[in-house]
Amino acid sequence: MKSAAFMSRREVVGFALLAAIIFILLPVMLDGFRLNLFGKYLTYAFVAIGLALCWGAGGILSLGQGIFFGLGGYCMAMFLKLEASTPENTAIQSTPGIPDFMDWNQITELPAWWEPFYSLFFTLFAVVAVPVIFAFIISFAMFTRRVSGVYFAIITQAVVSILTILIIGQQGYTGGVNGITDLRTLNGWDIRTEEAKNTLYFVNGGLLFAVLFVAQYVRRSKLGRLLIAMRDQEDRVRFSGYNVASFKIFIFCLGAAFAGIGGAMFTLQVGFMSPSLIGIVPSIEMVIFCAVGGRLSIIGAVYGALLVNWAKTSFSESFPELWLLGLGGLFIAVVMFFPNGLAGIWAEKIEPRLLALWPGKAAPAEPAPKGTDAKTAAAE
Amino acid sequence: MSPPRYILEVEDLTVSFDGFKAVDNLNFYVEPNECHVIIGPNGAGKTTVLDLICGRTRASSGSARFKELELLSMREDQIVHAGVGRKFQTPSVYEDLTVFENLELSYPKGHSVFGALTFRSDAKVKARIKEVAEIIFLDDQLGEKAAFLSHGQKQWLEIGMLLIQDPELLMLDEPVAGMSVAERKQTAELLNRIIKDRAVIVIEHDMGFVSDIATRVTVLHQGKLLSEGSMERVQNDPKVVEVYLGH
Repeated sequence: MKSAAFMSRREVVGFALLAAIIFILLPVMLDGFRLNLFGKYLTYAFVAIGLALCWGAGGILSLGQGIFFGLGGYCMAMFLKLEASTPENTAIQSTPGIPDFMDWNQITELPAWWEPFYSLFFTLFAVVAVPVIFAFIISFAMFTRRVSGVYFAIITQAVVSILTILIIGQQGYTGGVNGITDLRTLNGWDIRTEEAKNTLYFVNGGLLFAVLFVAQYVRRSKLGRLLIAMRDQEDRVRFSGYNVASFKIFIFCLGAAFAGIGGAMFTLQVGFMSPSLIGIVPSIEMVIFCAVGGRLSIIGAVYGALLVNWAKTSFSESFPELWLLGLGGLFIAVVMFFPNGLAGIWAEKIEPRLLALWPGKAAPAEPAPKGTDAKTAAAE
Repeated sequence: MSPPRYILEVEDLTVSFDGFKAVDNLNFYVEPNECHVIIGPNGAGKTTVLDLICGRTRASSGSARFKELELLSMREDQIVHAGVGRKFQTPSVYEDLTVFENLELSYPKGHSVFGALTFRSDAKVKARIKEVAEIIFLDDQLGEKAAFLSHGQKQWLEIGMLLIQDPELLMLDEPVAGMSVAERKQTAELLNRIIKDRAVIVIEHDMGFVSDIATRVTVLHQGKLLSEGSMERVQNDPKVVEVYLGH
């Protein structure tokens, strides 16, 4: 009964299918280089899942998820950079033992706020905690003042912009526009080898599923239904005795935590972190991953992130200058013709046909996936 | 005669929007178990009064005490937890959720973030939802999405969502507006049943309906109290007649 409450049958199928693709199909089909690329795409799926909860369910559009992706990624990059900057490795610097970019900027001592990142344990904690604390500050300030909708989206956009300007401006402390590069080992384990990249791909996949399960739990809890209720009738929720701001803050912080994990996995798999990966354009792209996947669906978000990024790589290999136009066109097409994205196409067009091909299991296909969920929920 | 104990005391309530006083020095009192109807022409400030009491709009001055609690300084959800329920003029239900889920969200349990994450509809909750659904004539539609209900059914659902909270003071803003004659009759029955054990403030235009349910009537005009008393007294008040019939 408990598992029935946690997932409907078609959701179990959806999770299983995704697991088969990520853990079996892609590793079998792709060479090491391409698999690492898909691992990178999947780090964006963490962000897209968070957006599916915040934006799709809760109606809170954030154009600033790059902030949290970046904070998680930078936390991890700082740890890796410190590990790579041993006095032996940096013997040619005027101050050996500090990250190279600090030396280039005439900094002679490691800043105090870098010190904790010598600890792996602290770093893993910070990868989640720093984005969450930052998200809490932003969302507490906004949501308790009832800032919402477009205004909130614009403010998140502004915060992204401020953060990237800050990172670029404080070159001596952050690596500036180049970011933090030349990362080598994680606790002595070389992350640049093919095997390491393979292992990281599977760790990433495992974490992605952990995040998916958390998201699924939240969606199926009363809090998930409250998010939808808040999106449609915020006042009614308020006058049913809920402190609306606290729920918005919670879901925004949860999305930030997911994004932070994704960012850290990005740094590990790609080997660097830079402001160009977390700025305004990437933050908007993250929203597009979620929209293409179907903003109501957490599994759709994963497919959206995979598909758009794969298209981006393939397109920009052949027509680099056309990619942004293609992306814009894709977004417009999805919004106009498929408002529920890939998940909607699957539920309305593909699934009924597949079920029709399955005469033995004469379960009638429900046209709307949410209708099925709602009915089982009520029948429980 | 000892002074009657009031459940709600509204005193000197004033709110001004850019200098325009929508509610102006209003005083009125609600007794426990009384059905207090507020009537008045358009723009008299009726809905604003309810907004002020439930915390949706902040008052400029005055007070609204509910059982010793000063509502004007409380947050909306705190006011709800104190025992004040509010129904909006246009039906406000969660269209994407089922009737069951609409009622479940209104059940007074698990209202913190953690509470909502761990909330489970146990037998008690389900029984209560079923009970309320029967009262509001929707027990056959529990699994249906609220979006598919008729206008009248949505109004009932919202009344049910308040009922499940079991508030001591219930505020209804035009509960029969836009209803068919049959629905209107059913709603009057419904209201007569649910107003028994609690104090109710109703805003209504339909005079037949008002005289059916009201124990006391307050007439508002341009944010001020024009007349108060029984339906009969109010109807025969020349000031009221003048406002309603024009000059």
